[in-house]
Amino acid sequence: MLLHFLRALACVLALIAAPAWAALDPSLVAQLGAEDSDARVEAIRKLVATEDPRVVEILKALDGDALALIDSGKRAVVVADGKLSDAATGQPAGAAPANLETIVINNRIRGEVGAALAALRLGSSDRAERLAAAKELQGSDNEDALPILERAMAKEADPEIKSILALASASLALKSSEPELRARAARALAASNDPQVRQLLATMLTKQKDGSYNEPDETVRAAAQASLAEINARLRTTEIGLALFSGISLGSILLLAALGLAITYGLMGIINMAHGEFLMIGAYATYVVQGLFRTHFPGAFDWYVVAALPVAFAVTAAVGMALERGVLRWLYGRPLETLLTTWGVSLLLIQASRMIFGAQNVEVENPGWLSGGFVLGGGYVLPFNRIVIVLFALAVLAAVWLVINRTRMGLFVRGVTQNRAMASCTGVPTNRVDMLTFGLGSGVAGLGGVALSQIGNVGPDLGQSYIVDSFMVVVLGGVGQLAGTVIAAFGLGSIAKFLEPWSGAVLAKIMVLVFIILFIQKRPQGLFALKGRSAEA
Amino acid sequence: MTRLFPLRVWTAILAITAVLVVVIPVLHLAVPETSPFHVSSFWITLLGKFMCYAVVALAMDLIWGYTGILSLGQGLFFALGGYAFGMYLMRQIGRDGVYQSDLPDFMVFLDWKELPWYWALSDSFAWTLLLVVAAPGLIAFVFGFFAFRSRIKGVYFSIITQALTYAAMLAFFRNDMGFGGNNGFTDFKRILGFPITAPETRTALYVLSGLVLLGSLLLARWIVASKFGRVLTAIRDQESRLMFLGYRTLYFKLFIWTVAAVMSGVAGALYVPQVGIINPSEMSPANSIEIAIWAAVGGRGTLFGPILGAFAVNGAKTWFTVAYPELWLYFLGLLFVLVTLLLPRGLMGLAGSLRLRRRPAAGAPPGAEALEART
Repeated sequence: MLLHFLRALACVLALIAAPAWAALDPSLVAQLGAEDSDARVEAIRKLVATEDPRVVEILKALDGDALALIDSGKRAVVVADGKLSDAATGQPAGAAPANLETIVINNRIRGEVGAALAALRLGSSDRAERLAAAKELQGSDNEDALPILERAMAKEADPEIKSILALASASLALKSSEPELRARAARALAASNDPQVRQLLATMLTKQKDGSYNEPDETVRAAAQASLAEINARLRTTEIGLALFSGISLGSILLLAALGLAITYGLMGIINMAHGEFLMIGAYATYVVQGLFRTHFPGAFDWYVVAALPVAFAVTAAVGMALERGVLRWLYGRPLETLLTTWGVSLLLIQASRMIFGAQNVEVENPGWLSGGFVLGGGYVLPFNRIVIVLFALAVLAAVWLVINRTRMGLFVRGVTQNRAMASCTGVPTNRVDMLTFGLGSGVAGLGGVALSQIGNVGPDLGQSYIVDSFMVVVLGGVGQLAGTVIAAFGLGSIAKFLEPWSGAVLAKIMVLVFIILFIQKRPQGLFALKGRSAEA
Repeated sequence: MTRLFPLRVWTAILAITAVLVVVIPVLHLAVPETSPFHVSSFWITLLGKFMCYAVVALAMDLIWGYTGILSLGQGLFFALGGYAFGMYLMRQIGRDGVYQSDLPDFMVFLDWKELPWYWALSDSFAWTLLLVVAAPGLIAFVFGFFAFRSRIKGVYFSIITQALTYAAMLAFFRNDMGFGGNNGFTDFKRILGFPITAPETRTALYVLSGLVLLGSLLLARWIVASKFGRVLTAIRDQESRLMFLGYRTLYFKLFIWTVAAVMSGVAGALYVPQVGIINPSEMSPANSIEIAIWAAVGGRGTLFGPILGAFAVNGAKTWFTVAYPELWLYFLGLLFVLVTLLLPRGLMGLAGSLRLRRRPAAGAPPGAEALEART
């Protein structure tokens, strides 16, 4: 009896309480079918703000072309399986008439409905759905969704979704017309590490063309400034570490580009202006190996880069040795002529690659284990391919050092470099040593080309962009010295990357070049000069 | 006068000059277009361009062929002269630009309100002429002084000059430099008030280029035939010995290096109004190396060789880029390889050895014999 009574009481209470949230204003729902798009948008936003559970169904119906107006536009109904139900209450409303026309919506309304549904989906228990909804809301400008977002944020436990929500709600609040709300949002953003947030704050502080700030209110600007400073201070350590890493990364690329040159120019004294083109040949060899793996061994595709290393080395070494035997050996002792001849060879190689592979850049794909990276805080990533290239450069350096200093061939190379006539007298086949040394230098350039193919464009002009840089590394390091080349490469890389943030990449490069030109005036022999008494430098 | 060249050579020079700066302009301006003897404006522009190139090739020959310093940055001085004159041409546009502003169009585009300080006097023709000489000359002087004082020579010097022009190219590509970024200067309207596209103006520029080429040739001849010129050749062949003999080679090298830069700058200033554009790609290292091959093809250490080389290589370039554009780089590449390998004395050397075969008594051109012995 008591139970019965309580049940009845609950029923009555429910009926009394219902109007507070359950009964949607029918005219508001009907406004969804208004002629004017602005009126429709307003209706959608107001419906979302009611947080009535029925709104999801209504909006889904609107989105699915299943919402119609009856009673001469005063009442909205949902059409499903030929039956009508009242949109505002959910009560059945009879069978659908044959000539009933559903509400047609345009793209603007569709976007608005999407954002509204996303706001409502934030309450979902499915993490993936909440994440998708939060991401969708980032681009929306529906101010009415703000309270919903804030409530969802308070409830949200997942940190990733929470940070996205915070960003979305703050960027929404920044569009608010009330300065106080904007200032609060700007202050709240100080907690974020997201680079987009910094972008957002920085945009507020920049001036428009007519000289006025993007953010008109001064207190809001001050809040944004403070938040920006706080974020910057927090991320500074990460950034310095990252700049150091990009410096080392650029240095290792310079080292790979210049190491072969350190052998051919540093040890043999041959100016090889086609050295950049050997890098290019190495990169194209990688491209060809990639193609072979794709058609013949798709299962092992991830390891094509490893297979490309010996191929690139062999091809460039062969081209290098052919160049040495066919052309350069006639020019020994005439460095300026060698320079011009090898420049001609580089033009020939560029044009040949253009004819074989086309003038456009070719696609070289990163294998799975080289794509992606370690995610650091603040939206920073340490890419795997950069890390691997640093290690690879060190490995190639170690290999070259071993060959020069620990093998019989290396002994011959050093002997011929130091005193050709004496080496020849003791039976060293100097011609063969010349050829093999040049082959080694070219092959190392080929290895560099494999690495470059993983981080940049592979095209006929690839070599041209490295030739000045790699000569600078060798000149700065000092001729005949591997150690000088290494220090010069990493030093130049780090200087360039540390200058970049406040000067821009191009200016940093110019300053580095000017620095080298000035440095050479002071120490014409480079960082590490061989001591000697020769009057001729 | 007669000391510079033998009478026979004088006759040839004056005859060629007469054809280039008198006959061809008359055929262009006075002969109606329907006549088969009419020289079209295409040829006037082309030959005018080639004569500017020939001046640069001469400059290259002075420092490389005679002094043994291979500059891979000669294009920089050429472009600097061009930019200096281009500034004047930009100011001459006046309010006829797209934005109808007193400022050059690219500055309006960058939203600059006034001219940067280094543009201040650019509307003065006299100042521009001074700048055409001073800008390349000063930069060459300062750079050369430090480089030669540190005894940077040979390949090192070549690489450093290449880095110099590369750095300058990157700098001029920047919009903030105030030189029009990668578009450079173009769309010129007037020069000294005369419309720049009028046949008379073009012909005047063409004749001027011819006279400058003649003047450069005489100047170069005067330099290399003097005692000073003998010192230059000695620097090329045995610099250490010369230093031990007590010569301060620094000043000899610095002088000829600066003269060559100024010559290139003047050529650039004449080049820009004729082709109607100057942009940073003129400073690319590839352009500067090409200048070296003009001199090498014609014959280093001779004065007519570089002029011949500039005409021959650029003539071939013009023909190839129209007829077989994809073969041009092959041709140029092979030219570099074959000329240095097989024709170290260029076309002039080839002509000389042919003559030698016919008349064993005649000698090789002055200065060329030592090239062989050099290391």
